[in-house]
Amino acid sequence: MPRMTMIEAIRSAMDISMARDEKVVVFGEDVGYFGGVFRCTAGLQQKYGKSRCFDTPISELGIVGAAIGMAAYGLRPCVEIQFADYFYPAYDQIVSEAARLRFRSAGQFTSPIVVRMPTGGGIFGAQTHSQSPEALFTHVAGLKTIIPSNPRDAKGLLIAAIEDPDPVIFLEPKRLYNGPFDGHHDRPIMPWSKHDLGEVPDGHYTIPLGKAEIMRSGSDLTVLAYGTMTFVALAAAEETGIDAEVIDLRTLVPLDLETIVASVRKTGRCVIVHEATLTSGFGAELAALVQEHCFYSLETPIQRVTGWDTPYPHAQEWDYFPGPKRVGEAMVAVMEA
Amino acid sequence: MSDYPPLSLHVPEPELRPGDTPDFSNVAIPKAGSVPRPPIDVDAKDIKELAYSIIRVLNREGEAKGPWAGSLTAEETLAGLRHMMTLRAFDARMQLAQRQGKTSFYMQHTGEEAVSCAFQRALLPGDMNFPTYRQAGLLVASGYPLVDMMNQVFSNEADPVKGRQLPVFYSSREHGFFSISGNLATQFIQAVGWAMASAISNDTKIASAWIGDGSTAENDFHAALVFASTYRAPVVLNIVNNQWAISTFQGIARGGSGTFAARGLGFGMPALRVDGNDYLAVHAVAKWAVERARRGLGPTLVEYVTYRVGPHSTSDDPSAYRPKTESDAWPLGDPVIRLKNHLIRLGVWSDERHKQAEAEIQDGVVAAQKEAEKNGTLHAGGKPSVRDMFEGVYAEMPPHLRRQRQQAGV
Repeated sequence: MPRMTMIEAIRSAMDISMARDEKVVVFGEDVGYFGGVFRCTAGLQQKYGKSRCFDTPISELGIVGAAIGMAAYGLRPCVEIQFADYFYPAYDQIVSEAARLRFRSAGQFTSPIVVRMPTGGGIFGAQTHSQSPEALFTHVAGLKTIIPSNPRDAKGLLIAAIEDPDPVIFLEPKRLYNGPFDGHHDRPIMPWSKHDLGEVPDGHYTIPLGKAEIMRSGSDLTVLAYGTMTFVALAAAEETGIDAEVIDLRTLVPLDLETIVASVRKTGRCVIVHEATLTSGFGAELAALVQEHCFYSLETPIQRVTGWDTPYPHAQEWDYFPGPKRVGEAMVAVMEA
Repeated sequence: MSDYPPLSLHVPEPELRPGDTPDFSNVAIPKAGSVPRPPIDVDAKDIKELAYSIIRVLNREGEAKGPWAGSLTAEETLAGLRHMMTLRAFDARMQLAQRQGKTSFYMQHTGEEAVSCAFQRALLPGDMNFPTYRQAGLLVASGYPLVDMMNQVFSNEADPVKGRQLPVFYSSREHGFFSISGNLATQFIQAVGWAMASAISNDTKIASAWIGDGSTAENDFHAALVFASTYRAPVVLNIVNNQWAISTFQGIARGGSGTFAARGLGFGMPALRVDGNDYLAVHAVAKWAVERARRGLGPTLVEYVTYRVGPHSTSDDPSAYRPKTESDAWPLGDPVIRLKNHLIRLGVWSDERHKQAEAEIQDGVVAAQKEAEKNGTLHAGGKPSVRDMFEGVYAEMPPHLRRQRQQAGV
């Protein structure tokens, strides 16, 4: 099986989707001739022509608004927002339009768009290139939100997202583009070519939305994570020696509640980890669900480890980023409480 | 010590407020027939003056004058008159129904009937309008049943959008009428996207975008102009300048620009101003712009100069912000009366036939209302199911919504 980076896997997903369905179009800032600032769309314009893969003016609302109109016509736009930090001008189009079109028109018009955007920190991008805005999407009825943690999932989930009849927000943890990152920023970088999850099937395949993946089975406690935090949690489990069950949620909406509940009922303990800020973060939703469904199985209070409620900093990146040390401390606390 | 005098903020004000005597003598109205009609492949830079003039066909005597006249036969013009009369009668009934508590809200078109009724007749089946809440004439003129419109206004059990939308937020793909949002201006860029999709698909369909004078201040408007200009999208970009955005006069959105149409000039697209109360002028300009789009010549920006005679909606009282008789003083007249006078002058219509038509149309609207009310009104009779509230959020109901539907006991 070929090994790919997450960038190559994402490109392969779009390539295969464009080859299979001429309705699939790809566009965004620097996406056409140049192939995207992260190179996710490299070669697509040459292969499929300028009318199916093209550069846009710098207008995120324009990109998403045009995509909605195209989807209403019958195309399948898969658009790129250069950084998740830049999507805010498009929020009205996403929330008031894409998410509600099927509902408000009683199915006469739908909006099967995919909005891809690099998310998260760990690259010294400071407050305009590091945010994790997933909770701003999970709060919206009518959207689906995906965050893959590896090349194999990224490709299968992106193809599934493009084929999905509803609008999908596809958040790509940019720190994982070139290799799994466990939060040890001072250690050598491992490339995907040296990791099993860098093995990506060549052709078409999908990974269903709404299915979590148990990345590590364990009996002591459950860690709920997604994106970059999946690997941080795995590292923390190894380093603390705690037999943690690490779940990569993969899709936040729809959520695989069944897998979460089965795990917490088994372990009786739960730590929730995300890079995004704490207050009203997706972790709050997860904690509420675990409490509602697993209260009588819980041995100790649920712990959340997240980014601090501050803007994402520059010089202080590693004091902000919830690394394996902080996650490990929470795991120990949950065991000792 | 600074030589500079202190700065002060400029806040535009309308010339007239309640208590003042309406006076539009400062509004320059070109003579009907005086504005040239360029070929559709004209270079935008050669017709810049059209963004500052007003294309008019009907003069005060009811004659159709000049190069923009003649886009419709007498029979088509008669049909246009009936569409406008139908919309006016429909508005009156629905406004009354709202006052009677049969629905929550309503928005009339009074004075603006020509804009949407005439524009629709320039489109072909398969084209798509992305309307605002004051273009129901697009539906009336495309033959959408009045009963279905009323079912929507009443949010009853036969409401085509299942009670999910505010009254007048219609949707009909079949009639080329995109679902109305209510978040202003969002549809403007979507129309451009739809038009781009038609071009990407090597289709021949075109899109038509609608926006009000006030909402041109939204970012979506400017994004739409950039995208339409860059990709030469087959779209007609329509600005309905009815002078008032709820209580805010058009000068607040227009700023230092001479006209709204002039916004198009910087984007290199033909920009035309047209008398929005002149059915024939609206149709002729629409036909010109639609033909340009369909021939791959790109977008056109059209400003319809009109006047919102009624309140913004059933929720405001215009006498609080503008002179009560301002609409009577509006120099472009009433679109229904102007077209009626034209048809009489042509010899194909008369006062008697007009009265008879009014009565017939009124009967038709009343009959449609009776039919619609059989399906319920907002607070009485049949209504959409509560269960249905949970349907259609996604193509397939996800587990969390299934659980919530169970909790709701439906």
